Amino acid sequence: MTTNPTTNPTTNPTADQTATLRTDEGTTSASPNRFLESLSDRRAPRFGGFSWTLLRLELIRKMRNRRTVIFTMVMPAVFYLIFGLTNRGEMLGSTDAALYISVSLATYGAMVATTTGGAQVAVERALGWSRQLALTPLHPAAYILTKVIVSMALGAFSVIAVFVLTALTGVHAPLGTMIVCGLLVILTSSVFAAFGVMLGYLLPAENAIQLSSMALAVLSLIGGLFVPLAVWPDALQTIARFTPAYGAGEIARAPLGGGYDRWAVINVVVWLAIFVTGSAWALRRDTARV
Amino acid sequence: MTTQMTAAHSTTDQGTIPSAVVLDHLTKRFGSLTAVDDIDLSIRPGEVVAFLGPNGAGKTTTVDMLLGLSLPDEGSVEVFGMSPRRAVSRGLVSSVMQTGGLLDDLTVRETVEYTSAIFASSLDVDVVLERAGIAEIAKSTVKKCSGGQKQRLRFAMALLPDPALIVLDEPTTGMDVTGRRDFWHEMRADALQGKTILFATHYLEEADEFADRVILVANGRIVADGPAHEIRSMAAAKTVSATLPLRDSEDDGIVGAVEASALPAGSKSFEDTGDTALLDILGGLAGVESVEIQGRRLKMRTTDSDAAARTLFDNACTDLEITSHSLEDAFISLTSKGA
Repeated sequence: MTTNPTTNPTTNPTADQTATLRTDEGTTSASPNRFLESLSDRRAPRFGGFSWTLLRLELIRKMRNRRTVIFTMVMPAVFYLIFGLTNRGEMLGSTDAALYISVSLATYGAMVATTTGGAQVAVERALGWSRQLALTPLHPAAYILTKVIVSMALGAFSVIAVFVLTALTGVHAPLGTMIVCGLLVILTSSVFAAFGVMLGYLLPAENAIQLSSMALAVLSLIGGLFVPLAVWPDALQTIARFTPAYGAGEIARAPLGGGYDRWAVINVVVWLAIFVTGSAWALRRDTARV
Repeated sequence: MTTQMTAAHSTTDQGTIPSAVVLDHLTKRFGSLTAVDDIDLSIRPGEVVAFLGPNGAGKTTTVDMLLGLSLPDEGSVEVFGMSPRRAVSRGLVSSVMQTGGLLDDLTVRETVEYTSAIFASSLDVDVVLERAGIAEIAKSTVKKCSGGQKQRLRFAMALLPDPALIVLDEPTTGMDVTGRRDFWHEMRADALQGKTILFATHYLEEADEFADRVILVANGRIVADGPAHEIRSMAAAKTVSATLPLRDSEDDGIVGAVEASALPAGSKSFEDTGDTALLDILGGLAGVESVEIQGRRLKMRTTDSDAAARTLFDNACTDLEITSHSLEDAFISLTSKGA
C-alpha cells in the first residue's frame, strides 16, 4: 500500500475492528468457536475423491445420452446385421467370416465408446464443470480414471450387444472363446480411452467429439475392422499395421483361431504408452488454466 | 517465508485458529500486465469482507489464487494456515461460480450427490437441498432449471463441505431483488456460525450493505481498506463545477490542480489574485478533497456540495453543475493521485 493518496482512508486491516467474532444471538445452533475448532479435524478424501457414487452417476449420464447409446451400442449391432450376417457361412482364411466381423465390430464399438468418453473432458471443460471440480478435492487423476472406467464399461456393453446379437442370429462359437475375445476387446480399448483423453485436453470442445469420431472411422477402415486388411493395396496394408485399430483388432480376433500378427501386441503397447504420455502432458499443460 | 501480518494479528482470541486468509506480497502477471500487484492482506475468521473494485481491478485473479485455481508469480496465499489446494481438499474453502459449472444431464439431486461423494465429509444432501431452496426441484434435470434455480444449485454445492471460508465472485449478478435478499440472509447466518465470507463485487451498495470490511482494489493494488462506512463516505463525494467570473486581466489558460490539504496560498501558478483568493476560500471549506481549474472552468471534489455551491454563487461563478460520483470515478481519482 505504497500509493496512498491523501484522501485514502486506508487503515490497518486489523486495527479498528472489533477483535471478537460476532456472537451467536440464539438464531443459530452452532457455536462459532466450536465450529472453528472443529476445522483441524477436517481430512482430505481417500483415493483423491474417487468413489463408486461417481462411477454410478457417470454411467447414468452415459445411458441418458441417446447419441452415445446409438453410436456405441446400436450402430455396431446394426453394422453386424448388415455386414456380418450376410457373410454367414463364408470363411476368411480359417476363420468364420461372421465371427471375424462380429469381433471386429465389437472392437469398433468399444473404440468409439472409449475415445468419445475420453474426449468428453473437452466438453466438460467448456461447460465449466472442470472448474467446478477444481473447487473440490477431486484429483485430476481420479477424474480421468472415472472417465476411463465408465467409458470402458460402456465399451463392454457394446461388445455384449454385438456378441448377443451374433449368438441370436445363429452364428455360434464356444462361449469361452467369445468371453476371451470380449475381455481382449475391453483390455485393448484402454488404448483408445487414453487417445480420447489426450484429444479431450488438446482439442476445443466444439469439435473434439466430431474429430475423434472421424479419426476412428478412418482408423477402423484402414485398420481392418470394417474390411479385411487384404482388400487394401500392399503399401496401405503396411501403413495399416502401424495404426492402433489394427493392433486392437488383431489381438481381439486371436482366440478365433485364424492366427494373428505378433507385432500387434507391440503395436498396442506402444500406442498405449504414446497416448498415456500425451494425456499426461496435455493435462499438465492444461492445469495452468482450469 | 516471512509473513508480515504477524501471528499476533492473524490469530484471534480462539488462540489456535489461524487467519482465514493471509496474502503475502501476492503478485500475478499476465505478460506485461500486472493483474495483482504486491497485495498484503489478512482476514480473520468470521469477517464478512467485500473485495470492491472496477472491472479489471484484479479481483477475479486474486480470488482464483485464493481458491488454488491459479498460482501466484510471487508471494504466497495461505488459507487457514495452509495452501489453497490443501484447504480445498479438506473442504475448508468453497466458492459459487457465476455461470456454467453444471452438467445438463444430471438431476439437481444427482449433481449435489456427485459433489458430496467427493468430499471426505459433507453435510446431508437433503439438508443442503432444503437450505438452498431447491428440494422441490431435486428430481428435475439441470437442463430444465431456470437461471435462478441453477444459481441456487451452485450455492447448494458450495454449502456441502460446510466450508469455513466462502469465496464469492460477483455472487448476485443476474439475481432479482428477492433473490439477492435471500442470498445475503443465508450468508449472514453462515457468518454468525463463524464462517468467513469474502466476496468480490463492483457494486458499492452491495459492499456497503453486507460487508463488515471493504477492501478497495484498483489496478491490482489495495487502495483502501476499512469499515464500510468509511469507504461509503469516500464515494459520497460529488464534483461541483462552475465557470469562474471574468476579471480584468484575461487569464491565459492556466491549468492547475491543487490538493485541498496542501492548497498553496498565493501559488505562483495562479497569477490571477481573484482566483487565488477564491481557491483559498474553497480550500478552507469542510469536505473539500480537490480543486482544479481548466481554462475558466473550476472543478472540485467535495463531500459537502451545498457549501461549495453556495460559495461559488457568492463569488459570481456561473453555470454551476453538481454531479454524483460513480464508484468508478472514485477509483480513478484514488489511483491516479497515488501514481
